[in-house]
Amino acid sequence: MQTLEQIKDRIAAALPGARLAVIANASPAGQPSLLLDHEHALEAARFLRDAPELRFDYASNATGVDWPERTVKERVKVKKMIDGVEKETEELAERKIPGCLEAVYHLYSMELGHGPLIIRLRTGNRTDRVTLPSLTPVWRSCEFQEREIFDLFGIVFEGHPDLRRILMWDGFEDHPMRKDYAPAASGEAKA
Amino acid sequence: MNAPPPPLAPTGRSQTAGDLLEVSMGPHHPSTHGVFRMNVVLDGETVVKLTPVFGYLHRNHEKIAEKNSYLGSIPYTDRLDYICSMTNNWAYVLSVEKLAGIAVPERAEYIRVIVGEMTRLFNHACLAGFLLQDMGALGTPLMYAFREREKILDLFEALSGSRMMCNYMRFGGCRCDLPEGWPEKAARIGAGFESFLDEFEALLTGNEILRARSEGVGVLPRELAVNAGVTGPGLRASGVNYDIRKVDKYGIYDRFKFRVPLGERGDVFDRYMVRILEMRESLMILNQALHDLPDGAIIDPKVRLRNLRPKAGEAYGRIESPKGELGFYLISDGGPIPYRYRVRPPSLINLTVLEDMCMGHTIADVVIILGSIDIVLGEVDR
Repeated sequence: MQTLEQIKDRIAAALPGARLAVIANASPAGQPSLLLDHEHALEAARFLRDAPELRFDYASNATGVDWPERTVKERVKVKKMIDGVEKETEELAERKIPGCLEAVYHLYSMELGHGPLIIRLRTGNRTDRVTLPSLTPVWRSCEFQEREIFDLFGIVFEGHPDLRRILMWDGFEDHPMRKDYAPAASGEAKA
Repeated sequence: MNAPPPPLAPTGRSQTAGDLLEVSMGPHHPSTHGVFRMNVVLDGETVVKLTPVFGYLHRNHEKIAEKNSYLGSIPYTDRLDYICSMTNNWAYVLSVEKLAGIAVPERAEYIRVIVGEMTRLFNHACLAGFLLQDMGALGTPLMYAFREREKILDLFEALSGSRMMCNYMRFGGCRCDLPEGWPEKAARIGAGFESFLDEFEALLTGNEILRARSEGVGVLPRELAVNAGVTGPGLRASGVNYDIRKVDKYGIYDRFKFRVPLGERGDVFDRYMVRILEMRESLMILNQALHDLPDGAIIDPKVRLRNLRPKAGEAYGRIESPKGELGFYLISDGGPIPYRYRVRPPSLINLTVLEDMCMGHTIADVVIILGSIDIVLGEVDR
């Protein structure tokens, strides 16, 4: 299989204007992933499925991840004037990482036997801009899995043929897999 | 395989009009193998629309695991596909081993293959028994299969202390070593299974009723199977040569000689036959593994089981479980509990094509088409 960088370059060449980024993975598993933008995700998915040397014909796993807003403390190098001399010192700075919801897809090629290629899509925030393009038109295997992400994480997939709750019941309102989910005080989930 | 993707099945709430009849089948129908429901719209006896309804056994397994230590989730995985606890354990520990970079001693790898293939043996035998039960062969084939399964479950009990909820594998190996005389017993039971298979096949494979009910029923075309993410025997019955034991060669599967049986038409009979042939291959693997079983440690003593804190990062690990591709996707934030824990359930994803397979067949065929997919609701609903 080509490296993720090569695949990224090929998508960029095929889809001018696509914003792509490689997300590193520090784990020994070494499975970096490719972040796609909303506008080109569906086209990029089609390209990954149909390009003859890639042929990711099989989307194995599709799932969501919730990233609430976090504050990280980092050591930053700052230039300061101390006693009239410019010196570089380290300071502890706080940085806010805005929250988002992620959809993660693990792709394999049954025809060529390679994989996984991991692609990610991110929502604008966790409250009102939670729409992502559905990849079900490209891979039918995402049909139930995207319904599950919609049900448990609250991501709305545009272009999904049948976006309904799948595991929770229809009148249920919350999204239980979100990190800030709290069941109703009685211990019963809200109806 | 450059054809455009198959059209999506008609979906949404069913609206019936005229002579159509909507039947809610399940969740307590005996043929749904658990609490699974289908809304079936019938024209006479013919299916014109089928909508599966899930969630009756949903307990948010993933959320529980995200509040639990890595070790504490192993017993929960037993309860996903409650027929095959050993392979569930295996998929989970394999993913954690990938996430944390843990190596497994050789003897433990062999034991994993032995118990994994035994699990495949009785899962497929029971599936064949249930399938025949759904066709009207009440009791006998299923009881024959259960008799063989019971012998293997006795072995599992001697090994792990529990017949079905084995909770046996650990990161970096297995929980305990094989008891005295266990491999010899396993070899004897393996030999007995061979003759059980011969008898089972002599009684059933050529049977006219089995053939009439299953041939040409519930055909799953190759392109649709791949696109819809069907895995396991159901995929191979449609002629796609994809077995994760061969593709990923996880564990030590590259050391064993075995073939991957394939179907031609992708109908219910092919799905039955692929499983029968796979059992024969599993027996071959079992014999090789028992023959080559080395001595040595069964777990890496340096692994901190109770306080495992993998470096921040993520990993996706998968195995060829008897039902298909069972995968676990884990994200660690460096803490003692997984930040994200996801089960890729083969049973749920294999159901994506249920409606496509049932369209135009009778309601009686729906029962055997569902039976030939092999679902367990503990895994579908999680």
